[in-house]
Amino acid sequence: MTVRLRVLDDGAWISVNDRREVSVSELWRVEATDFCSCDLVDFVVENFQTVGVNGQTIEVIVYGQCIACGATGETEWLPVGRVIDGEFAVFDESTVRRTRESRKPETNSG
Amino acid sequence: MPTDVERWKSEVYGQEIREHLFEFAEEGYDTIPEDERDAWFERFKWWGLYHQRNGQEGYFMMRIGTPNGVMKPGQLRVVGEIASEYATGPGVNPIFGDGYADFTTRQSIQLHWIELSDIPDIFEKLEENGLSTQQACGDSWRNIVGNPVAGKDAREVIDAWPVIHDLNETFKGNDDHSNLPRKWKVSVTGTPDGSGQGDINDLAFEPAYKTIDGEETVGFNVRVGGGLARNEPRFARDIDVWVPPADVSTVAGGLSALFRDNGDREDRYNARIKFLVDEWGADKVRETLQSEYVDFELHTAGRDVREEYTYNTGDGDRNDLIGVHEQHDGSYFIGLNVLVGRMGASDVLELADLASEYGSGEVRLSQRQNIIVTDIPKDAVDEFTSEQLLENYSPDPSPFMRGSVACTGTEFCSLSIVETKNRQVRYARWLKDNVTLPGDVDEFHIHLSGCTASCAQPQIADISLRGMKTRKNGEPVEALDVGLGGGLGAEPQFARWVTQRVPVDEIPGAISNLIETFAAERNDDESFRAFIDRHDNDELDSFVAPEETDYEDPMMHNTKRTWYPYAENDGLDAGPSAPADD
Repeated sequence: MTVRLRVLDDGAWISVNDRREVSVSELWRVEATDFCSCDLVDFVVENFQTVGVNGQTIEVIVYGQCIACGATGETEWLPVGRVIDGEFAVFDESTVRRTRESRKPETNSG
Repeated sequence: MPTDVERWKSEVYGQEIREHLFEFAEEGYDTIPEDERDAWFERFKWWGLYHQRNGQEGYFMMRIGTPNGVMKPGQLRVVGEIASEYATGPGVNPIFGDGYADFTTRQSIQLHWIELSDIPDIFEKLEENGLSTQQACGDSWRNIVGNPVAGKDAREVIDAWPVIHDLNETFKGNDDHSNLPRKWKVSVTGTPDGSGQGDINDLAFEPAYKTIDGEETVGFNVRVGGGLARNEPRFARDIDVWVPPADVSTVAGGLSALFRDNGDREDRYNARIKFLVDEWGADKVRETLQSEYVDFELHTAGRDVREEYTYNTGDGDRNDLIGVHEQHDGSYFIGLNVLVGRMGASDVLELADLASEYGSGEVRLSQRQNIIVTDIPKDAVDEFTSEQLLENYSPDPSPFMRGSVACTGTEFCSLSIVETKNRQVRYARWLKDNVTLPGDVDEFHIHLSGCTASCAQPQIADISLRGMKTRKNGEPVEALDVGLGGGLGAEPQFARWVTQRVPVDEIPGAISNLIETFAAERNDDESFRAFIDRHDNDELDSFVAPEETDYEDPMMHNTKRTWYPYAENDGLDAGPSAPADD
């Protein structure tokens, strides 16, 4: 099933299937050791850069800041919600988000 | 790959949007197909309409572009009448009430709570009176700015108003320039005071002298690629071109076409011409303009007057246009302070009447969100300035009222992280009552912007405040980053962000402590900007020293999670449904 995804209004919104679903200015909890040295990044969402889909999960790259340490910059791909049976369900603000890389199952190359 | 916005623009854009807009207005908001709303809301911007934020479905912000801030006799009254009749909605502001006009940092006017069904009537009334919303937003020539008292200011060396008027006539509704990669902001100034703020525009024409055929001639030097947004502030770059007034339109059109043809249409974050100038350098911009976009030999830059600039410099006289100033015809213009640029509709109407009673009826809008009444005879100045209305819109306000600039904020804007206008009003009032500046400091600029879009131009203020979040006692609260020492002038500089994430209720205490240190440690009559210049960031951070005071902030919570921050029942689920079509 096709999902229409857009970043709107200079990065203020993520639109999913033509509905403005995810807004800037939220605080997210993020596991991202490559963003800053905090165990859990306390991340202010300032600007959505791009949006994509990974299976059923809608993901974004976003500009923002860790309010614990002040690190700023763009994240790796982070999940914002899921599309199930054509309906988008946004993740709760309290959800701990992990980057796409860190969500990959570990593989044993041996 | 072109962006969605470019694809939508390639399908319908420019003038033709109007007929669709009117059809939707006639048939009802609900007839905009849900899967086309993103596209139509983007297109409506070209006609000055911005859909308001989440929780305010079906309501629009309407921006009226007034070139150079010039409002002819009668036009202010028209704006007041429209604000009174149409700019009212389900949310009532506790400070400004129901129905108000916002004067912006680009000399335009914004009205809120506009319903789609009312737009044809509003357009008719605006256009009957020589006003328009065309290209007030969107990817095209925006409202042209400059010294608002062009043509009247006794200090001007060249009247920029005919040039601005010609540019407006040429490039509004011009199909060759109606679909640019991004917004295109132009400034034209004829006064040697820097009041056009050209440095922060995409294209700036600034007064300059050039010897032509043995005669010193006044024209304009050209700068390209300024702008403040997105953590990427740039001052416009000198491209070593001087133009006589008669050639401004050709050169401006050439640069607009250069941007149209070479700007980045695949990444909107990289689309402004400031990034093209970064990539090309000023020399290549000039060479390309010369070789591909104009068919006469460009002059090299003339002798500029930037050393004389005072506007928004933090030092010297006339940092703004507040107060009583002489015009070159012997009458006076009087700049009135409009705190955070917002004026209730009834006050707009009353001021329009006073402007007619005492002056010509004309008013001008400044880039500091203030309003200027022009053409007041010398013997009427005292009586005019004694009018009761001017107690709230003073020509001689407290420096903290005078220096306050604020963007729209979370009241209506999708991008903003924090509430702004009402907060800045509370800050200004508290500072006025509790903080004393050194006696020789009568201007002190504090700009509050809700996000990095920088609509309040925070980077060019004495104190820059920018929306952020932090935690206080473990709870998320609205916060502000604090920057210091920005300003324009011969050597413009952006504020240095020295203290981050200060809870909003600790900002007044922080400013109070900072000013106390400034007053105690400044050298003689050193300006605040000069004082900031000679300290490093760590020292300045220690001067800021946030602390709680008796200031109370009722908007500490996440105002973006409300349908309207000031509503009694403000939850998003309590928001109004889209207005019925009537």
